[in-house]
Amino acid sequence: MKGLAALRPAPVKGWTVNQTQSSAGPPALRLSGITKRFPGVVANDAVDLTVHAGEVLALLGENGAGKSTLISILYGLYQPDEGAVELAGQPVRIGSPAQARRLGIGLVPQHPLLVSRHTVAENLALGRVGGLFPARRVAGQVRELSARYGLEVNPEARVSDLSPGEKQRVEIVRALLGGARVLILDEPTSVLTPQEAEGLFRVMRELKADGRSLIFISHKLDEVLAVADRVTVLRRGKVVGGVPTRGATRESLAELMVGRSVDFTRKRAGGPGAEAGALLSVRDLSAQGARGLPALRGVSFELRRGEVLGVAGIAGNGQSELVEVLAGLHAATGSVTLDSQALTGDAAARFRSGVAHIPEDRIHSGTVPSMTVAENLALRDFERPPLARGLARDLTATDERARREVEAYGVATPGIHTPTRLLSGGNIQKLILARELAGQPKLILAVHPTYGLDIGATDQVHRVLLDRTGDGAGVLLVSEDLDELLSLSDRVAVMVGGSLLGPFPVAEVTRESLGLLMGGAHPHSIPGADQGPTQNGVMA
Amino acid sequence: MTAPSAARTALVTVASVVVALLICALVFVFAGQSPAEVYGTMLRGTLGDPTGLAEVGRRTIPLLLIGTGLALAFRAQFFNIGAEGQLLLGAVFAAGTALFLPVPGALLIPAVFVAGFVGGGLWALVAAALRRVNVNEILSTLMLNYIAVALVTYLIAGPWKGKDVRGYIYTDNFPQGAWLPTFSGTQVHWPTLLLGVALALGLQWLLTRSTFGYALRVVGENPGAAHYAGLSSTRVATLVALLTGGLAGLAGAGEVAGIHHRLLEASQISLGYGFTAVIVAWLARGNPALCLITAPLMGVILAGGDLLKIDLNLPFRVVDIFSGVILLCLIASEVFVRHRVQWGRA
Repeated sequence: MKGLAALRPAPVKGWTVNQTQSSAGPPALRLSGITKRFPGVVANDAVDLTVHAGEVLALLGENGAGKSTLISILYGLYQPDEGAVELAGQPVRIGSPAQARRLGIGLVPQHPLLVSRHTVAENLALGRVGGLFPARRVAGQVRELSARYGLEVNPEARVSDLSPGEKQRVEIVRALLGGARVLILDEPTSVLTPQEAEGLFRVMRELKADGRSLIFISHKLDEVLAVADRVTVLRRGKVVGGVPTRGATRESLAELMVGRSVDFTRKRAGGPGAEAGALLSVRDLSAQGARGLPALRGVSFELRRGEVLGVAGIAGNGQSELVEVLAGLHAATGSVTLDSQALTGDAAARFRSGVAHIPEDRIHSGTVPSMTVAENLALRDFERPPLARGLARDLTATDERARREVEAYGVATPGIHTPTRLLSGGNIQKLILARELAGQPKLILAVHPTYGLDIGATDQVHRVLLDRTGDGAGVLLVSEDLDELLSLSDRVAVMVGGSLLGPFPVAEVTRESLGLLMGGAHPHSIPGADQGPTQNGVMA
Repeated sequence: MTAPSAARTALVTVASVVVALLICALVFVFAGQSPAEVYGTMLRGTLGDPTGLAEVGRRTIPLLLIGTGLALAFRAQFFNIGAEGQLLLGAVFAAGTALFLPVPGALLIPAVFVAGFVGGGLWALVAAALRRVNVNEILSTLMLNYIAVALVTYLIAGPWKGKDVRGYIYTDNFPQGAWLPTFSGTQVHWPTLLLGVALALGLQWLLTRSTFGYALRVVGENPGAAHYAGLSSTRVATLVALLTGGLAGLAGAGEVAGIHHRLLEASQISLGYGFTAVIVAWLARGNPALCLITAPLMGVILAGGDLLKIDLNLPFRVVDIFSGVILLCLIASEVFVRHRVQWGRA
């Protein structure tokens, strides 16, 4: 994995890693060598992690870094393939969430799981207290816990009347009622206002002072610095670093999170010259996100013929919406032209005008898992010759083409009539590439094209994409993997809060400068990024 | 999780029917009857007897038509529970055509069928339209059943009430030209049966070999992929509603034009065919052509159940018990189609 192993445990820029938080006795929780594999992906790769009593450990990492898997293992939802878990020095096996709770591990889920028509006390009594009037008996305990940790929970309140922050406090109380010594908070601030988050941090400090251990999952660097004692960073399933927050800065954490590669090699040789004409021209694109909030704010850029334009950004900053707008899946204002022609119409029409789309979610939108390889390869043009004659599909032609594509792209499958749900992630991705690139597209929208793939498949996907630029196709590459962006792109742009910064020529950016831009820093304060052609970006 | 193979699905389906029959046997024991005698009576009186066979055939016709349409609808994840109402609307349109439209003789029967298809189809389209504003089609189709029953009652007691029926509430007889021919001495109206067989095969072709069937399966099996590829889920849902409703409407047309020759009370037009056909479609696992097997099977159970009332004096609800237990077993068996049972702890 590009030399990342050499970084573990990462000594970051001269800080000494000091792990003696509370040296008395064994750590409250120790994971050693936890490995969990899913078909085609190693979700956790020999993960070591330690939390002491009275300590807040932040678990930092991008989407897909393996945080969720690790939590699921801790809470008994998954069994690790390798590795050991120790609680207060004792080796334990966590077979189920019920067992996790008995062992003193509590989870505060990201989205509260409460019965909204019931009162707080009734929810907390659920599954814990038997007999008559269980809610009444639990109410006393709730008040006591509330007073002790400043949790402010009214046991008589109906859950449907509570704010997200209050519901979260109910979940914390639930974990504490179960006697949790180790408390896992899964992205707890994602549903909170800044004020509510501040309140949560006060509670966390009280719990910590009481000697409990907290694992705090987040990718907001400020919060991590505010509340955690120590940070463990996961990247692609591996622990790539662990530092105390004392002395750490946003910049150093961002750098750890995006990682540093030792044998960083650039796969892209030339790239188009400046004389290459514009292929895709995007002007002042604005769009609304799922909750009616602005997802794109006046995005403008140009993509040249034969160019790979990389788009970096932390998930949820508008990259998905940008691609969906271009693919015809999301409404937007502004203008988009491809080859000097206005790009309009629905997804099918845009595919026909030369827009290929390698989607973010290859299982839920890229393929129909219950349908066969041959059928999935026909998804884009099953209605047109040669795959159809009038209203009838031509099954012979469909199968023939499927055999050809499977062969050409090296899709490992038992046969062309195998349902794609039986294929590995890499082979599903090859199938999508085969389908999307079959019609000689002009513009290729590739979103996390190698996410979760092994090295061989990653390499093949990269080669296929680069090959197409030789024929004049442009690639818009959205990725959270900076290595990938830097090794393939000719220019890189960064999306933050729906605005596009850049694009900057790849020679003028570094992982560090990109990491800072992704975190919301101003481009002019960053060396390396300030010479970039920023007139296209929106610098509010 | 492995892919459910066709053989495994078939095995589980057959096994769930056997389990249902065993559970029903237990019910018969509690009702004071020997299961052997009950099942013996059912088989002898249906398959082993020409009159019984005709009774099975009569019930198979609407079950086949409706089940075929439902199988298609379920594949598109359009959960039509309102075939009963669509059947009634088909009957209403067919009756209106037969009674009041000046159609030349030779075209009358085709016109009655077309009217039935349109009536049932339009009724299902109401649900499809409501779905566009996020009304669940399970609820809307179910509710539309009650409206259909009320509409039929209103018509036969009000504007369409026959001139020479005195106190009864039904319409006059259809003109002879609108009566469907039957196999002699039976109520098996063969044109409708023929239509059912042709449509079961036709829809199977549509589902597996046509471009529309492909789009339908993508929409049903992964709406996300349909959206991604620019396939219109609304268009698919609309066409599927028209087909599934239309086929139920054809069944309604067949019942009034082939058996009753007039529009009469809803409970007499349909013996719950719209609901029993859900089992037909489920047993066929979404394959219209397989309804050619499952519709007669449920036909045997419906006809056999009627025999049990007469011959063994069992309560008339016995058929409902059969249907209910079979449906429960089928739904419960879903888990065995997808998962293997492993004894002991993994």
